[in-house]
Amino acid sequence: MSLLAVENLSVSFHTRHGVVRAVQDVSFQLERGQTLGIVGESGSGKSVTCYSIMGLVPQPPGRTEAGRALFDGVDLLSCPRRRLNRIRGARLSMIFQDAMTSLNPFLRIGDQLIEPLMIHEKVARPAAIARALAMLDAAGIADAERRLKMFPHEFSGGMRQRVMIAMALITKPDLLIADEPTTALDVTVQAQILELIRKMQRELGMAVILVSHDLGIVAGFCDRVMVMYAGRVMESAPIDDLFYDTKHPYTRGLRNSIPALQMKGGELHVIPGQPPDPHHALPGCPFAPRCAQAVDYCATEEIRLLETAPNHRTACLRVQKEGMPV
Amino acid sequence: MALSPSIALAGSADAAGASSFWRDAWRRLRQNKLAVFGLGLLSVLGALCFASFLWPNLTGFNYGQQNLALGPVPPNRLHWLGTDPLGRDLLARLLYGGGISLTVGLCATAVSLTIGVIYGAIAGFAGGKLDMVMMRLVDILYALPFAIFVILLMVFFGQNFILLFLAIGAVEWLTMARIVRGQVLTVKQQEFIEAAHALGLREGRIIFRHIVPNLLGPIIVYATLTVPEVIILESFLSFLGLGVQPPHSSWGVLIKEGAEVMEEYPWLLIYPGAVMTLTLFSLNFLGDGLRDALDVRGSKD
Amino acid sequence: MLRFIARRFLEAIPVLFIIATATFFMMRLAPGGPFDAEKRVSPEVRARMEAHYGLDKPLFQQYLLQMKHLLQGDLGPSFKYPGHTVNEIIADSFPVSLELGMEALAVALVLGLAAGMVAALKQNSVWDHLPMGLAMTGICLPTFVLGPLLISAFALHLDWCNAAGWFFPRDRVLPALTLGAYYAAYIARLCRGGFLEVLHQDYIRTARAKGAGGARILFKHALRGGVLPVVSFLGPAVAGLLTGSFVVETIFGIPGLGRYFVTAAFNRDYFMVMGTVLFYACFVVALNLAADVVLVWLNPKLRFD
Repeated sequence: MSLLAVENLSVSFHTRHGVVRAVQDVSFQLERGQTLGIVGESGSGKSVTCYSIMGLVPQPPGRTEAGRALFDGVDLLSCPRRRLNRIRGARLSMIFQDAMTSLNPFLRIGDQLIEPLMIHEKVARPAAIARALAMLDAAGIADAERRLKMFPHEFSGGMRQRVMIAMALITKPDLLIADEPTTALDVTVQAQILELIRKMQRELGMAVILVSHDLGIVAGFCDRVMVMYAGRVMESAPIDDLFYDTKHPYTRGLRNSIPALQMKGGELHVIPGQPPDPHHALPGCPFAPRCAQAVDYCATEEIRLLETAPNHRTACLRVQKEGMPV
Repeated sequence: MALSPSIALAGSADAAGASSFWRDAWRRLRQNKLAVFGLGLLSVLGALCFASFLWPNLTGFNYGQQNLALGPVPPNRLHWLGTDPLGRDLLARLLYGGGISLTVGLCATAVSLTIGVIYGAIAGFAGGKLDMVMMRLVDILYALPFAIFVILLMVFFGQNFILLFLAIGAVEWLTMARIVRGQVLTVKQQEFIEAAHALGLREGRIIFRHIVPNLLGPIIVYATLTVPEVIILESFLSFLGLGVQPPHSSWGVLIKEGAEVMEEYPWLLIYPGAVMTLTLFSLNFLGDGLRDALDVRGSKD
Repeated sequence: MLRFIARRFLEAIPVLFIIATATFFMMRLAPGGPFDAEKRVSPEVRARMEAHYGLDKPLFQQYLLQMKHLLQGDLGPSFKYPGHTVNEIIADSFPVSLELGMEALAVALVLGLAAGMVAALKQNSVWDHLPMGLAMTGICLPTFVLGPLLISAFALHLDWCNAAGWFFPRDRVLPALTLGAYYAAYIARLCRGGFLEVLHQDYIRTARAKGAGGARILFKHALRGGVLPVVSFLGPAVAGLLTGSFVVETIFGIPGLGRYFVTAAFNRDYFMVMGTVLFYACFVVALNLAADVVLVWLNPKLRFD
């Protein structure tokens, strides 16, 4: 049984200005110890997917329209709250983009760090503190004893993110969801944080979902990548296949846009156009208006994610119907 | 070290877009049923009360007209709200008193507004040390029981109306000063001000066409919310015998008189109390509605 | 922290000094004197009484004398109640006012915080609109309307407690409720606002992601931030409770300091007025300091300024 199996997840937001279908019919699996990357622009639904799995989408205005998220067989979307609370923080953890706002400014780091232990394991405070110190050490924070008594605003950005990682991993979860953990950090610190996550993953043997808008970051880190656009999965494949045998025009666009992979001095490649307005969904493939390879049925037929090669799924109608090379 | 409110206006109103900002705000206000109710009630009440100034015999009776032979009677056909122990028509006194209370409310609010806006604007524009000192003074004054001084003032220097306005206004200006200063600081830093400078606009033009419209929002909101506080303060003074003097009446005076004979003639307390409470409700609803419509946010309340 | 407290003390001294001076000159410069109402007395006797209290000396000399006495803690004699010093009267009546004020504050805090938290948690439901509606009523219903209404309902018609007086514990209920109602309402609104803002913060989301349950989130994570606006309000609230007590003490016939203050002002009982004003001012300053200390304690970011 997969560690995490998301089936046909659909989430929308009912706002004053209309209904926003943030996530539509998203499915994927994750095995123990595996790393999955979810890539997409802002508004692609990648974060909402993860928040839904964790049960962090506020239920008005958000609403889970359909689907299941089976974590070790338990559907997180429909299980009672109590059960969900026993799982998250203990076996399923999440770290967020902005560590400054994600840490409670009124509580000391030590208190926040040991909180998962106090909630989930019947650990006495001294023992919990000891484990917290060990975690801070492992996370590369020096002078851990003194740091425990400090408040979040006394830390630098990179250190705060390390603290978040330590806090998320202190209960040795089976799955860590990292939502753009490096986006708010300096480039040099980014690499360190990713390295830290990788190190912890190896030590704990846990699975990781890494969410990012940067395909380059994801490429260096993940076994498997899922590309999302306008709330839907466009392509999903092992990382090498995604790069060398791309089966969706959007993925190719993303790949070509990685600055590091482009010729110095040449013009930067961009995908022309804008993502669609989430309030007014158009029929057909959401990427069609921007796609250089779109044909007339792309704008009218509903897309589906289909497996066109072993373990390689795509939602491109042309690839599915004509086997079009991308 | 009390917190100063920091106000932000969503969607700064620059000169060109000013009209659509106000129109949007008006539309939002109209949708707020409570605020509309408040506005309506206030308009009707205000009209009636001020009408009673112009036509003292509006109800058929003058507010000071005594009818000792009649004495206090419960509401009936002739005297819609009844009469007090001196035979005076309650409705007439209520309307006249309302006019007085509302006038005090508006004038004292105007006083506090003037002082507060000037003080806050100076502090905000000046910035630096002067700002710090001025705001520290406000912090200190904010915490003192100012009402004590108002009482002393009213007791010692007699009860004339001007003094009443001044005294009450002097108490209420603090919040307005804080709000205005906060808003000036916020707006000063905003990028469209820098853009205006970069475009070479003169300082005065910048102040008038760009900064001032952004100040109007919070000023309107808090002025509307100050009026009920002033009315309460005036009533409080009247209750202690310090505010409006007989034979004039204000709602505070009426309530005081009503409370004294509450057991035998309950209508004398109930009607003035109800009317005053409704007015305060309306003002608060309107103020809240304005605050939502103009999207004025503060870190206090 | 200590530096903060010391700084506030130093600030307080000139403030109190200014208050004393202002009060002194306001009183002396106002028309009327303490013995004007004594119609039974002849002018010679009155002059002698004034001399006895030092009221015939030049104004500035009186001022210096008063300041000297104040620094020594001597608040002087009362004119209205000869044979009693102001110190005595304050000592007798202040505990009553203090008790009333504390009970009212307790009412305000308990009701206000509870209502505000519930309203924030159940935003936009009946449990939000109902408490907030009541809160609006509490703000708009002045004490001198609420008081008589409560007396009428509970004391006179239902006969649960006395209409006036301060004899039995039961007598505390109505005055405390009357005085505390406005502040309960204000606190409820502030609390709701504060909690709403906090509950939408990212760090609450993190707490949920850690598997924290409702109670833990509310009391451990949200409370400190949510309660901040209430604590900021406590300073002015105490000041307001003090002045509000004048009315409540009058309505309910409570022998507290507030009532003495008002009558003293009317009677030009100079030393009494001065003593009361300064006493109140000191008290308020001290309480504000306490509130600010709590505020700084609650908000770690302020501690290092």
